[in-house]
Amino acid sequence: MTAEPQTVQNAQVDGSTQMSQEETIASIGKYNFGWHDPDTFGADAQRGLSEDVVRNISMLKNESEWMLNLRLKALKMFERKPMPSWGADLSGIDFDNIKYFVRTTEKQATSWEDLPEDIKNTYDRLGIPEAEKQRLVAGVAAQYESEVVYHQINEELEKQGVIFMDTDTGLREHPELFEEYFGTVIPGGDNKFAALNTAVWSGGSFVYVPPGVHVEIPLQAYFRINTENMGQFERTLIIADEGSSVHYVEGCTAPIYSSDSLHSAVVEIIVKKNANVRYTTIQNWSNNVYNLVTKRSTVAEGGNMEWVDGNIGSKVTMKYPAVYLMGEHARGETLSIAFAGEGQHQDTGSKMVHMAPKTSSSIVSKSVARGGGRASYRGLVQVLEGAEGSKSNVLCDALLVDTISRSDTYPYVDVREDDVEMGHEATVSKVSEDQLFYLMSRGMEETEAMAMIVRGFVEPIARELPMEYALELNRLIELQMEGSVG
Amino acid sequence: MSNLTISDLHVTVETPEGPKQILRGVDLSINSGETHAIMGPNGSGKSTLAYSIAGHPKYEVTSGSVTLDGEEVLEMSVDERARAGLFLAMQYPVEVAGVSVSNFLRTAKTAIDGKAPALRHWVADVRESMDALRIDPSFAERNVNEGFSGGEKKRHEILQMELLKPTFAILDETDSGLDVDALRIVSEGVNRAKENTGLGVLLITHYTRILRYVKPDFVHVFVDGKVAEEGGPELAERLEAEGYDRFLAKA
Repeated sequence: MTAEPQTVQNAQVDGSTQMSQEETIASIGKYNFGWHDPDTFGADAQRGLSEDVVRNISMLKNESEWMLNLRLKALKMFERKPMPSWGADLSGIDFDNIKYFVRTTEKQATSWEDLPEDIKNTYDRLGIPEAEKQRLVAGVAAQYESEVVYHQINEELEKQGVIFMDTDTGLREHPELFEEYFGTVIPGGDNKFAALNTAVWSGGSFVYVPPGVHVEIPLQAYFRINTENMGQFERTLIIADEGSSVHYVEGCTAPIYSSDSLHSAVVEIIVKKNANVRYTTIQNWSNNVYNLVTKRSTVAEGGNMEWVDGNIGSKVTMKYPAVYLMGEHARGETLSIAFAGEGQHQDTGSKMVHMAPKTSSSIVSKSVARGGGRASYRGLVQVLEGAEGSKSNVLCDALLVDTISRSDTYPYVDVREDDVEMGHEATVSKVSEDQLFYLMSRGMEETEAMAMIVRGFVEPIARELPMEYALELNRLIELQMEGSVG
Repeated sequence: MSNLTISDLHVTVETPEGPKQILRGVDLSINSGETHAIMGPNGSGKSTLAYSIAGHPKYEVTSGSVTLDGEEVLEMSVDERARAGLFLAMQYPVEVAGVSVSNFLRTAKTAIDGKAPALRHWVADVRESMDALRIDPSFAERNVNEGFSGGEKKRHEILQMELLKPTFAILDETDSGLDVDALRIVSEGVNRAKENTGLGVLLITHYTRILRYVKPDFVHVFVDGKVAEEGGPELAERLEAEGYDRFLAKA
């Protein structure tokens, strides 16, 4: 959602893709995270959005006047802004039917045992406590509905001054950092969904890494929606101070319902001088979630920002992680991978804005469409005046698994400086008869052969993922490919 | 003892101008342990025969049959044919991006055997076969056929044949484009498989030079989509001396 509507031409609006009952049932077979807990917390939650809803969220969180005013201002902007007229079809979103805030527990747990049984079981099934036990992660945040219900950080990191907590707590304990940074990378009025998030945000992660500190093992956040028609609006703020480094990983799942939920997050990242941030997402929402997320980072001199963005689930995703290269020699990189299956539209890409000399950016996007799904790459590379000696390279490859799926590429380039190097390459390929024949003639069944081709296609990005996510991605590809061949 | 019998095989291929008849009644029978050379001029339908037996979707069998120990092969899918014991070493094997040779070989072996190979033996087997075919160990980490030279592709095909241990292998112009050394190495691989597993070989070739290394028991001359003449190894020698003109004039 980072590209402003007016900068995007040729955008196409597709027909509605409401899931039929059979499709929902079919998708249950393929989606392994589609269960839901008894809906004790969300059942009675209020639907619809109003100033009262916003005031109530702010009051429940005991927020200062400053934040409440920010929220109310953003609500006004949300109401004023039209729905985007480009990108995916969003006409199925019924803002009056969404539950904007669901509190599931009064107190955040620091031990899994302290969580309500249902919620604990959910995270067990998702394997989160196990990953923590095996020390695959240096800190864990688990958000369930609107708030973070579990939080833990490695003691060593805490001693080094690393802050990793939910954003609500962050706001209470570090108001000075919030007043300095919150909403500076993505202002409330940036786009309609950023405005919505700013008005009703709840949960998310707040990370601060002090100068020179390297967080060697990833920090992990896991987002789970349980209630039908839930709106999840987490807000994440990451500040990597000078010369520091951190890798943040997030995963997302939700139950399968017949009507839609909305996930609209805002992620702001500040990469200071010579700092390094990698932000990895494996989004696997169920096929009834609208996933409309604004992610952006600013990078100072010599800093480096990497987005690794995997979009596998959701009904509709619009997400274009952005990097604003503000200091000399700043670098930005996006590795994006999208799977669009039956009834899905993944409208994803990246935005790179070169604002200083000798900055460099790279976007590598791989998409796979099958079963009538649609995968669109939408990217913008902008080189502003004064950003001389900058370099950018864009590579987007699309793979069509059958003849009923669709792939589009919308690369936008806006260069206002002479001395720049720009590269752009785009390919659309089909799984060829000859490739399938070759693998099948070596004994592999058609599904297995197809999965091998698709896995190979995404391998350059899969190898950048943490091991357990790469394995998960492989498993998801196999599930996606089942039933993709007739 | 296994047997592969091709009877009265008629095959058409889809072209922009509509279906075109390529095979016009091929008859051929091969037992395990035997090597049959199929020779013929370009365009005579040799490769079509290879692809039709393996089941490439581009080729449509309009009549006839192919049986493996009495089972109708033409009713099987491509992968079922492979699991039944047929192997095709391709003339132009395709690239598979992002898939390493070692992953490909292990997946194929698992598919053919119905279970994953015991890791320790497997690693040793792969290494041994690669050594024998003079394939550098680093090859295992390269993507399947990506950036392979013509000779590397052919050796990779023979490597698969050695490891998958089929009952019958069809070698589709495996000798084309190989220099003398590579030709010898590849031929030795074929001979090893014959010796070790009693492999039956259908050796499709345009030239006689591979027959110096892989001795055929029978030679079939293919002209205009069917077998024009059959005989023993001496037929190959005649072809060497006389070429295909005699048959072309007749056809």
